[in-house]
Amino acid sequence: MSNAITEADAKPNIGTVQTRSTEALNEPRIAIRNLDFYYGSNRALKAINLDFPAGQVTGMIGPSGCGKSTLLRVLNRMYDLYPGQRATGEVLMDGENIIAPGIDLNQLRSRIGMVFQKPTPFPMSIYENITFGVKLHERLGKADMDERVEWSLSRAALWAEVKDRLHSSAMGLSGGQQQRLCIARTIAVRPEVILFDEPTSALDPISTLKIEELIDELKREFTIAIVTHNMQQAARCADQVAFFYLGEMVEVAAAADMFTAPKQKRTQEYITGRFG
Amino acid sequence: MSATLSTRGPARDAVVANALSRRRQRINLLVEALCLLATVVGLAFLALILATLLYLGFSGLSATVFTTITKPPGSHGGLLNAIIGSLIQTALGTAIGTPIGLLVGTYLSEYARGSLLGEAVRFVSDVLLSAPSILIGLFVYTVMVSPFGGFSGWAGAVALAVIVIPIVVRTTEDMLRLIPVALREAAVALGAPKWKSIVFICYRAALDGIATGVLLAIARIAGETAPLLFTSLGNLNWSLSLTQPMSSLPVTIYQYAGSAFDDWVQLAWVGALLITFGVLALNVLARIVLRPRT
Repeated sequence: MSNAITEADAKPNIGTVQTRSTEALNEPRIAIRNLDFYYGSNRALKAINLDFPAGQVTGMIGPSGCGKSTLLRVLNRMYDLYPGQRATGEVLMDGENIIAPGIDLNQLRSRIGMVFQKPTPFPMSIYENITFGVKLHERLGKADMDERVEWSLSRAALWAEVKDRLHSSAMGLSGGQQQRLCIARTIAVRPEVILFDEPTSALDPISTLKIEELIDELKREFTIAIVTHNMQQAARCADQVAFFYLGEMVEVAAAADMFTAPKQKRTQEYITGRFG
Repeated sequence: MSATLSTRGPARDAVVANALSRRRQRINLLVEALCLLATVVGLAFLALILATLLYLGFSGLSATVFTTITKPPGSHGGLLNAIIGSLIQTALGTAIGTPIGLLVGTYLSEYARGSLLGEAVRFVSDVLLSAPSILIGLFVYTVMVSPFGGFSGWAGAVALAVIVIPIVVRTTEDMLRLIPVALREAAVALGAPKWKSIVFICYRAALDGIATGVLLAIARIAGETAPLLFTSLGNLNWSLSLTQPMSSLPVTIYQYAGSAFDDWVQLAWVGALLITFGVLALNVLARIVLRPRT
């Protein structure tokens, strides 16, 4: 392991965490160019440039209020729900700027799914939770729909636990199950990109482990972006890690490099727990 | 370490602490007693009203009440026309008022947040909520009875609908506002247009609350007399025509209770009992139907 930092005490110590072996980063699925974001007149993101490699996991870390969740909400245009929030710059997907006006937001969101911090099951059956999103974008017969439900629940590692009670309320599931249901619901729409906004911060360690394993599985099919406060989680899940601080992207690198040899002093201080 | 003692700060005076503690306990006892007294007074009146209602109502209850229409004093009349009239007007009033109230409440909660028009609509609705019901009766009299030349069941139903609207507006808006932002965002994140997330997610999540609002409204209009006095007037004969004056329980109670005839007064008590139990039954039914499913 090469180490760019010379002082002995500056060597990042993140315990026994195993970072992923360095793999080459793929071609970008989404490319952010010179992105600024404003809450009213408050500039929350400053000149961000970041690529999300296809079929890999990009972890976004940084202290609270650094803009990482804001960036996630730019990617699926969630900020459009709130007047006064606006983004400038370019977010390119298939050569198209998805933050430009005139983009069909509902279609965009079917291509870029999102899983939230707290599980948000809809107040309906497990089955209907899955079909709600699918029906928005596809016309499927009963058999195809059943197959889609089984497929998505299986991919979310939930099928075995719920297959006998598909038609009972989703509100009766445990927190970890609810979050996996939300993941199933998201992949059932067959998006190309999935955004995870601190998906395990409300879950117990075992559920967290399951979700992390799931993310590792899912990246074969989907490009993934995950915001997390948990450094170990970023190290375990991500192929590429970006560090944000006060609305700026301080550094981005392959996960292994980021956690062993951060180039910026602020990154190094954050990941060694000096602040944040 | 002697230094730590001096940094502990001022010591607490045990005598003062005890005195304060006793004072707290005395005040606690006093307030508890006052709460209990208030509860007893409130419940006592309710119990008295219910006991009188049950005693006088049940003593006059018989099958003829449900099988015979109102008749002149002394000829063993019933309340059939009043019961049916009340059912029809209450049902129509609810059917007209609920969708309007639901849409306005949805507008206020989902589309008009922070807008001036929304504020104005909310203010007007709240004023209407507390408007004396006789004013609503007079309003409908002016726009529906007077120009079209007569009292009618329709006018009664519309007057009741005007009472239903602000109740449903308020509860719908309140219930929709309680829905977490995360749930709306989750629907939107799947690519759902706003109206679909409102209709399929928000309404569903707020169903219990909205239904409770509608029930409150039904309970309220089932016993309303004033708005019907100037609109459907009351009808001592059998009539199901909505273009004719229509009988109703509250108006019949109003007319009978103040009369000089014992059998009419008795029927008024029966009518009051029927309204009370009707509303109670509706509430119980709704609780059973709407109980949380697991």
